[in-house]
Amino acid sequence: MSAETAERFTIDFEETELRLGLGRPAGVSSNGEGATRSGGKRVFLETVDLKLNLSSKEDGGSVEKIRASAPAEKKMNSSDGKEKSVAAAAAAAAPPPPSSSSEVAKPPAKAQVVGWPPVRSFRKNIMAVQKSGSDEAEKGGSSGNSAATSGAAFVKVSMDGAPYLRKVDLKLYKSYQDLSDALAKMFSSFTIGNCGSGGMKDFMNESKLIDLLNGSDYVPTYEDKDGDWMLVGDVPWDMFVDSCKRLRIMKGSEAIGLAPRAVEKCKNRS
Amino acid sequence: MAYSFPEEVLEHVFSFIGSDRDRNAVSLVCKSWYEIERWCRRRVFVGNCYAVSPAAVVRRFPEVRSVELKGKPHFADFNLVPEGWGGYVSPWITTLARAYPWLEEIRLKRMVVTDESLELIARSFKNFKVLVLSSCEGFSTDGLAAVAANCRNLRELDLRESEVEDMSGHWLSHFPDSYTSLVSLNISCLGSEVSFSALERLVSRCPDLRSLRLNRTVPLDRLANLLRRAPQLAELGTGVYSAELRSDDFSNLVGALAGCRELRSLSGFWDVVPAYLPAVYPLCSGLTSLNLSYATIQSSELTKLISQCHSLQRLWVLDYIEDSGLEALAACCKDLRELRVFPSEPFNREGNVSLTEQGLVSVSEGCSKLQSVLYFCRQMSNAALLTIARNRPNMTRFRLCIIEPRCPDYITHEPLDTGFGAIVQHCKDLQRLSLSGLLTDRVFEYIGTYAKKLEMLSVAFAGDSDLGLHHVLSGCDSLRKLEIRDCPFGDKALLANAAKLETMRSLWMSSCSVSFGACKLLGQKMPRLNVEVIDERGHPDSRPESCPVEKLYIYRTVAGPRFDMPDFVWTMDEDSALRPS
Repeated sequence: MSAETAERFTIDFEETELRLGLGRPAGVSSNGEGATRSGGKRVFLETVDLKLNLSSKEDGGSVEKIRASAPAEKKMNSSDGKEKSVAAAAAAAAPPPPSSSSEVAKPPAKAQVVGWPPVRSFRKNIMAVQKSGSDEAEKGGSSGNSAATSGAAFVKVSMDGAPYLRKVDLKLYKSYQDLSDALAKMFSSFTIGNCGSGGMKDFMNESKLIDLLNGSDYVPTYEDKDGDWMLVGDVPWDMFVDSCKRLRIMKGSEAIGLAPRAVEKCKNRS
Repeated sequence: MAYSFPEEVLEHVFSFIGSDRDRNAVSLVCKSWYEIERWCRRRVFVGNCYAVSPAAVVRRFPEVRSVELKGKPHFADFNLVPEGWGGYVSPWITTLARAYPWLEEIRLKRMVVTDESLELIARSFKNFKVLVLSSCEGFSTDGLAAVAANCRNLRELDLRESEVEDMSGHWLSHFPDSYTSLVSLNISCLGSEVSFSALERLVSRCPDLRSLRLNRTVPLDRLANLLRRAPQLAELGTGVYSAELRSDDFSNLVGALAGCRELRSLSGFWDVVPAYLPAVYPLCSGLTSLNLSYATIQSSELTKLISQCHSLQRLWVLDYIEDSGLEALAACCKDLRELRVFPSEPFNREGNVSLTEQGLVSVSEGCSKLQSVLYFCRQMSNAALLTIARNRPNMTRFRLCIIEPRCPDYITHEPLDTGFGAIVQHCKDLQRLSLSGLLTDRVFEYIGTYAKKLEMLSVAFAGDSDLGLHHVLSGCDSLRKLEIRDCPFGDKALLANAAKLETMRSLWMSSCSVSFGACKLLGQKMPRLNVEVIDERGHPDSRPESCPVEKLYIYRTVAGPRFDMPDFVWTMDEDSALRPS
């Protein structure tokens, strides 16, 4: 069986002009940069018509994948290489496209190689979120969990009288209405009291707010970047998302201090 | 035969033989042993779901209770396998549902699982007990709801690191009130909130619950309540480990944790706030496994925690631990078997922490039982590797990732050939090895010469020529899985060692220099291999035959070519004609 196999592969050797130089292994140049190849190996490399031109370590592996470099580059730019690459023109041509020189970049602007270092996506994503959270903390923000520069904008939501806090991602909502619906669902297990049939939606309505303030109903407030407690609903939604650090749904009776602003506004409007 | 045992006796004897290899050996003794063995095999492991057809499995083993399948190649974890490549479990589930009404366990890794399959599982197996979906994808929480609602005897539901389409956390509430058999639950990969009250009720009514791994949405102030309902827990994955706890909440948490006297394994610690870590200090002396690999805390905090864990056997941690923390580990945790140090900023070329090769050297010196290492760092030297190798000849898994590709010995500027050579020479039982740094063909010569027990090798940005690949394929007698990326390996070594490929589970090569022509030749000559060319640049015929393929996945199979491939994968077969999907 093995003789047969050997013969079969001898045939194959001739077909593909194999010349396995099983002599001494590759020498190593004294400075260690790149590697030298012994003359014997050069020969059989050439029969396959590939000019393997090992780069120095800075090159990110692009040069030896001459024919594969076009899609490889594309993948370096897209996050997970799902896009089909432009077909073969670049692949068939010999010289590396000029843009490959951008891969020989100085640190830290180097293009990322797909799948390197070998860290799973799950872990990469978590670390990205956590890192931006901790950067915020270093800048004197809250305990490391508040808004990342992109992605989620988690803020704590407390409701007076509720035994525990909740967290919401403000970026999930497009308007005060959305938020109010979500908060209502979240805290629905606690009696909201005499909010009327509209529930917490009515809180965003300033005129109704005044009616409710004197009762035992709830008022949504938030702490902004400056540490001030503000009434929810004053500023445009996007501005609110950017400046909100935490939410507190206060009992109406405690929100008296905030009321004058709302009352003032209503007076100005009417 | 001079005498023969009745079948029942042989069956009884075989029932003590658990390992697949031994079972396979038993079945080769003679025809009657083959027959008896196949009727009493209860567990089947298929390392490559395309190596055999589901029909063949159920035909040979009619009474199986547990099936384990693996799908995509390992490099899929790092986005090297394009989406849509394959690994679909659906045909398996359909066949298993028909053939094994008494199936109890399904374990899947890197497979594409649909909600329909989960629903079929939920409906088909009356005594279903264990579902483990490791790094799987393609399903949603709706599928989980079906499992929760219908699997009355479910013991284990483990979703480790799967990508789940998260419709809502409501699925957990589908466990009926009458359901009490939960032993292990791992939902740490899920994004959305589950109903805390449903979770609490579930935990309360399952007295055998031993392992509970929560997801990030479970706040710290709910943890105490959960723990008080499950003081028998052995493994806990916390939810988010930060909050603004009032002092009575904090002492509540401390009390609840301390009440879990059986707790041996901790994980989770998302968003950890150092101030709350002391809550786990009372548990430290009993801990054998600690996963802090999501805990972004600094070395001093980590050290304080780890120094108390005198029974620790497994530690997963971020490189924030730094060399100083690893020195403390080496001094305090004499029972350590496994260490994994993950990079906190893998894409930052400049280091952000003071973690070097020295940390690993310290651990190799201090922890005599250390046998499994995964270590990300930014510098390494041959001298350090030699020291590690001499210290730990009992090493069985050594995966080193020097973050910069082709990084030489930082002291001598030479390749790291001799360092890794020392590893394979001293660690005679080495089963798994991952290489990194600047490496020439020489390291492969060492590996081929010494690494006789090596089963899995991962190579990236290494080698000079086909000789390197040839050394490995011709020398590593126990090799089962070889995965290679960005190496100058081409046709010759592959073709010269074609027969070797039938003795292995699989070979992955991407961004190497294997030509399309060689792939076709290999596919022609080796009918028991599937030679899959994966190339997103379009049909390989549109390029010269000498043009290297993007990716190549070769695996042995008795099932022939598969037919579920996307349009960028082709199997080279005997007709040497391309068979698109």
